[in-house]
Amino acid sequence: MSGTLHLIEVDVNGKRRVAQVPARLSLVDWLRDELRLTGTHVGCEHGVCGACSVMLDGEAVRACLMYAVQAHGHRVTTVEGLARPDGTMSPLQDAFCEAHGLQCGYCTPGMLIAAQALLDANPRPTEVEIREAIGGNLCRCTGYQQIVEAVRLAALRVE
Amino acid sequence: MSSYRYIGKGRRAKEHPRFVTGRGRYVADIALPGMKHIALVASPHASARIASIRADAARAKPGVHYVLTGEEFCAHTDSLLIGVDAPKVTRWALARGLVRYAGEWVAAVVADSRALAEDAAELVEVDYEPLPQVVDPCEALEGRILVHPEHGSNVLYRRKFVWGPVEEAFAGADHRLSFRASWGRSATVPIETFGVVASWDAGTQILDIWASIQMPKYPDQTARALRLPGNAVRVHYDVDVGGSYGVKRGIKHTALAGYLARKLGAPMRLIEDRLENMRGGDMQGPDRAFDLQAAFDRDGTIRGLRIRAVDDVGAYAGRSPLQLGKPIGAICGPYRIPAIEYEPVSVMTNKTPQEAVRGFGQSPTNFAIERTVDRVAQYLGMDRIELRKKNLIRKDEFPYLIPSGSTYDSGDFHTVLDKALAVATYPQLLVLRDQMRKAGKLAGIGIATCLEPSGGNSAFEVLMNPKNETTTWMDSCLVRVDLSGSITGVINNSSSGQGHESLVSTVLGEVLERDPGAIRVVRADSLTALPSNSPVGSRMAIMLGGAAAGAAKRIKQALLAIAAHNFECSPDDLEYRGGDVSLQGVPSKKLSWDQLVEIAHRKFHKLPGGLEPGLQAKFVWEVPTGGGLPTADGRIQMYPCYAFEAHVVLVEIDPGTAKPSIRSYVCGHDCGVMINPDIVHGMTYGGIAHGIGAALYEKFAYTTEGQLASGTFMDYLIPSAMEVPGMTIVDHCTPSPLTEFGQKGSGEAGYLGAPAAIANAVNDALSPLRVSIEALPMSHHAIWSALKEAKSRI
Repeated sequence: MSGTLHLIEVDVNGKRRVAQVPARLSLVDWLRDELRLTGTHVGCEHGVCGACSVMLDGEAVRACLMYAVQAHGHRVTTVEGLARPDGTMSPLQDAFCEAHGLQCGYCTPGMLIAAQALLDANPRPTEVEIREAIGGNLCRCTGYQQIVEAVRLAALRVE
Repeated sequence: MSSYRYIGKGRRAKEHPRFVTGRGRYVADIALPGMKHIALVASPHASARIASIRADAARAKPGVHYVLTGEEFCAHTDSLLIGVDAPKVTRWALARGLVRYAGEWVAAVVADSRALAEDAAELVEVDYEPLPQVVDPCEALEGRILVHPEHGSNVLYRRKFVWGPVEEAFAGADHRLSFRASWGRSATVPIETFGVVASWDAGTQILDIWASIQMPKYPDQTARALRLPGNAVRVHYDVDVGGSYGVKRGIKHTALAGYLARKLGAPMRLIEDRLENMRGGDMQGPDRAFDLQAAFDRDGTIRGLRIRAVDDVGAYAGRSPLQLGKPIGAICGPYRIPAIEYEPVSVMTNKTPQEAVRGFGQSPTNFAIERTVDRVAQYLGMDRIELRKKNLIRKDEFPYLIPSGSTYDSGDFHTVLDKALAVATYPQLLVLRDQMRKAGKLAGIGIATCLEPSGGNSAFEVLMNPKNETTTWMDSCLVRVDLSGSITGVINNSSSGQGHESLVSTVLGEVLERDPGAIRVVRADSLTALPSNSPVGSRMAIMLGGAAAGAAKRIKQALLAIAAHNFECSPDDLEYRGGDVSLQGVPSKKLSWDQLVEIAHRKFHKLPGGLEPGLQAKFVWEVPTGGGLPTADGRIQMYPCYAFEAHVVLVEIDPGTAKPSIRSYVCGHDCGVMINPDIVHGMTYGGIAHGIGAALYEKFAYTTEGQLASGTFMDYLIPSAMEVPGMTIVDHCTPSPLTEFGQKGSGEAGYLGAPAAIANAVNDALSPLRVSIEALPMSHHAIWSALKEAKSRI
């Protein structure tokens, strides 16, 4: 890649990552291609489908619409960082398995990020709030029904 | 039915843990040492002659390894196969001489990274001489502009089938009506685009392929296109596919990446970006205009149908014309209609090619039939439900032979419809609709009853192409029990969310009475695989489930034979329980699973004569109704099993903005015995959501110049959780007599009736204004235009 490289320092899933990156490298390409965190997926690369969602300082953002350099000094959480510290599934991940909240799994990491960001801010969301929170994440398999059920189940269990 | 241990029970899918933890392995996750990246140069014209291609600047760029054009590629590879008999409609991944649609690939650039390849692609200069284009399928039928001049016409396929006394039905019926309805160009548009990684090993002379694939005969077609023997292509099926629902065929992408991998001696990766997927990926769907005629009596009996369907396949064709053929297997829907005339016409235009979409052409046909039924009811002033009940095939009439030659296996359509209406609280729903209307809103109820033919074979191939004699569409499973007693099922295809690992482990667990949770399911590659035709045609519960059951039964027979030999008795005197075998009535005389497995693997002296040592069994299963050739008048058994669905939906339309909202959605569904109800329900919800998209939002729109006007997710609108409502599925079970457990297919469930139901609901909402819409998608704008038309009349 052409041009100057920029030094970035990013907390990714609790690990400090230091890298030299070109300005035009997107955050999702950095995560996937350089850090090999391939759980975050690329769907549209224009910010609509939400498959590339990651948390930036706890808030769900589109990693295809951000450059890696913009993550400098921030905290990024990907789907690989959602599990409990002992490596077992988080209540939300477990609820997705229980409620069959996925099929092909491609939108799933983005859905989990969007739903986790919701639950972190609002532990007892209504159905409308759940639908709004995942409203920016497209899924072609599930019709969203069992995803909504999974998020509701996770909220109940955390209670 | 309730005697099953594992079948039909709630059970977590085997696949889920890897997906929710970010450990799926999709094609874009595969990184091979030295891998290069492919970017594409696409035509900006819908129709043009390529005068010259100058790629020196691109080649000179650091990090760029190669620029491939159609001249070279077409000279060294063969044209891809076409489903119908049209040998001059050739198709390669890169255009040579002519471009036939905007977005068609004219050159491929190979570089060290995708970004560098894209930079270099921009430096490739192509001089085009624009030619006139034909975008409208009716104009294309006139043939003044030819998409493939060598073919001599734009028509790929046309035939008029007459099944039953059509003339008499139309002459003798009390009434007739006719109208036109159209299905817009949409597709399944998975969130993962198509991708392929190809690697040529010069030592073994094998081309390894990892791809986001759902395609029958994919390894064979890849080898054929690349002029390689079949055993020089190894497709790895252990790649997770990020959604497909029919479209992930990608054969042209694979031939391109495979050629480059071999030519350059380096692994190649081609991952479509979203525009490449929607414009140049050849994955748009059916685009159909129906001319419909119905003959019916005053009591509501439908006596005959005439259906003419003109389908715009775009500029090239693979299997897409065959999507007009599959609906022949359910051409009268779930109704007792004795006479049908069907004229499918497949036509080419300068648009992105069409590929298989969920249901393979059945959902558009179901939409056409269901609009016809509603219009007959409206004509007679008859209740739509009463009319349907009058014409639905009755439970006691199965097996039921329809005019076009298929026999429906089983069903209880009236009961399923009644159950759906009950759960929808239909009388209250009518009251609610009328209250909404009184409050100044537009509101309508839509009903649709339709079929999902399942257990796909490929009978439409032999029907539509006399040179094709494909009469088997088998699937297979290999089961191994290792020395430790663990069971492994080996399947022969990749999966795109259908849960095949869960399916096979459940079936093996059921037959062998072992815990499915401990059963592993792995995937062969195409050089070690048993024959499979991939998960198309709503077939895997039937075909893979049947093959797995068949293989497991052979394992069970072997265990019984070992025990009989050691107890010196007949296998009939034995009892199999949980994998242990004992003498009936003498529970102490028992050989445990572990003991039997050990005999099979180690103790030849205790094996009965003729039994292979080790413990493995394969089963290759033909589609239950078998395969045959069509009669001269085009009758043939299409698919074996028929699932039924009854949709009841309430739609509200804001009279000010014309925005539609779905207020209530109930789907009665009978796909026989469900092996995993969560998976069946999930696919049905997803199918309904996809149907909502096709009915209201999704369209590959084209300008008159043939430019795709909806190549992003900001203009090709996929329904989100805000548009898709909460849904209720009402299960019913009429077991299929043709399958192992009574299962039918369900992979296309929901999608096959949702567009019809929503179209009927929107038209019910518009009916007080005396306007109707007969074209999908019924976009916000289309509804607004209809409201405006109604107002202008006042």
